[in-house]
Amino acid sequence: MTEEKTRHVPNYRLRFILLILAALLCILISFAVGRFPVSLADVIMVFATEIFHLDIAWDYATWSTVINIRLPRILAAFFVGAALATAGAAYQGMFQNPLVSPDILGASSGAGFGAALAIFMDLGPVWITAFAFAGAVICVGAAYAVSRFTKGSATLSMVLAGILVSSLFTAMTSFLKTVADTEDQLPEITYWLMGSLAGADMGDVIFAGTLIIAGIIPIFLLRWRMNVLTLGEDEAKSMGINPHRLRFIVVACATLITAAAVSISGIIGWIGLVIPHFCRMIFGCDYRRIIPSAVIMGGAFLLLVDDLARCMATVEVPIGILTAFVGAPIFAYLLMMGGRRA
Amino acid sequence: MKSLEIQNLSFAYNKKGPQVLQDVSFSTEDGDLIAVLGPNGVGKSTLFKCMLGFLKKYSGTILLNGKNISELTHKQIARQIAYIPQSTHPVFNYEVLDVVMMGLTSSLKALSSPKQEHIEEAREALKSLGIAHLERAGYGEISGGERQLVLIARALVQKSKILIMDEPTANLDYGNQFRVMQRVAGLAKEGYTIILSTHNPDHAFIYANRVVMMFGGKVIADGNPEEVLDAELIRKVYGVEVMVNTFENTKRTHKLCVPKDTEF
Repeated sequence: MTEEKTRHVPNYRLRFILLILAALLCILISFAVGRFPVSLADVIMVFATEIFHLDIAWDYATWSTVINIRLPRILAAFFVGAALATAGAAYQGMFQNPLVSPDILGASSGAGFGAALAIFMDLGPVWITAFAFAGAVICVGAAYAVSRFTKGSATLSMVLAGILVSSLFTAMTSFLKTVADTEDQLPEITYWLMGSLAGADMGDVIFAGTLIIAGIIPIFLLRWRMNVLTLGEDEAKSMGINPHRLRFIVVACATLITAAAVSISGIIGWIGLVIPHFCRMIFGCDYRRIIPSAVIMGGAFLLLVDDLARCMATVEVPIGILTAFVGAPIFAYLLMMGGRRA
Repeated sequence: MKSLEIQNLSFAYNKKGPQVLQDVSFSTEDGDLIAVLGPNGVGKSTLFKCMLGFLKKYSGTILLNGKNISELTHKQIARQIAYIPQSTHPVFNYEVLDVVMMGLTSSLKALSSPKQEHIEEAREALKSLGIAHLERAGYGEISGGERQLVLIARALVQKSKILIMDEPTANLDYGNQFRVMQRVAGLAKEGYTIILSTHNPDHAFIYANRVVMMFGGKVIADGNPEEVLDAELIRKVYGVEVMVNTFENTKRTHKLCVPKDTEF
């Protein structure tokens, strides 16, 4: 009794509060980061002016940088990061495989093809987002449909169907690239596929943010049942869970938020794979803690990477490249640590 | 009371494939501890999966407290039958207390998580099995025997009166087999109806009040182990020569099974 009582029990509540504070700090700092100099005090005062209708006359450049340029971008980065990390955590649980990422069922390839098609058809940015979203949903839907007609383990056949359908969509994207106009369409497609938040405006944020919040809420509410399903279908059934229904709901929500995220950001890898692992190291495996912490940690992490993307070089570095640069070494480190807790 | 009645159960995984179960019938009385014996691949696990509602495409009838199990939801079945699978290494390393609380899922609302009172329930269950000290340990880091006890604790908080255990002593060392079977026998005394599969005829002799012997997808013997389990039956089923003799234990006498001396 005594020996075990002294075993260190992590104070998860304190850790979660620290995580939230760190995320708030990230958000605040991100407003001050960038080519146009805005001090932290100015950032706070601009918001105070907006919220409390203070009678302060700002010079337009400072005000516009904070409200029109940086605010949508920060919100976009946070939403996309939160979405990808949460979707990754959800998929990993539903497929009982910690190496799964949100694009396992082809959401990214579908979005990539949708965006490429919209660019190829010379449609505007709103259509690119809409096509990317539709592409992601169609691709995952196709993978799900294919898996329903296969025999054997449901999770394995879904993963295989995802690989199959997503390679088909990648091939179609490649085909579009070969026939696209090399002057302006090809670079735009290529750039979109590398992922960037540079073009995110308030309209994008409202579109994606609404869908992301709508998708995260059911996942959050079902997080205890997700724990049970990670033990496997039969055990979940024996504890009173309908595994097919639960998996369908969670996968549908995770797909919705992934599709919404990639439709405004392009393809951003690694977040959905690495952040859930980080969450497990800090908060244990319980989905009751993983889901809320993935939301916050994913958002804050992508925000920091986006800050890097904005100010690393005079030309903006695509964020999809940076997440891999940052994510790969972290993942290597996790693997070498052996992931005792993961 | 017959809580579980299996009538003429037959099952095949494929329509054209072999019949794994053929015309299996038996029923349980409250407080029974039934040992299901039979060689590997004889259909013990398949039988359990039908009884738990995991497999539905069988012919015949399974009644759970008078209701046809194929018409019940997983949740309704879970409130009456708890399943204790063979302990496997988990994909995610949950804390032991969390694993136990998962047994409460069938009594929670769909969108809610366990509360403080549920934590206490889980702690009680761990305590009753003598493993209260493990509550904060990682389920993936404890020994196989401890994991089996955790799964029993999880079944206890589920508060279902029927426990189905798939080879509870598989992969356990001698001491852990002993400890797990003692706990299981204690649960039967408390009024649980227990159906377990085992490969050890002695478990049937020592702990069970009934043995169901399966062979070739059929039940070929069913009754009190002392009466139906003999050298002849074991030779027929397992193809080995054994001696079944009475053994004087401290409080009672029961039979035991040992290999016959032969030329090596």
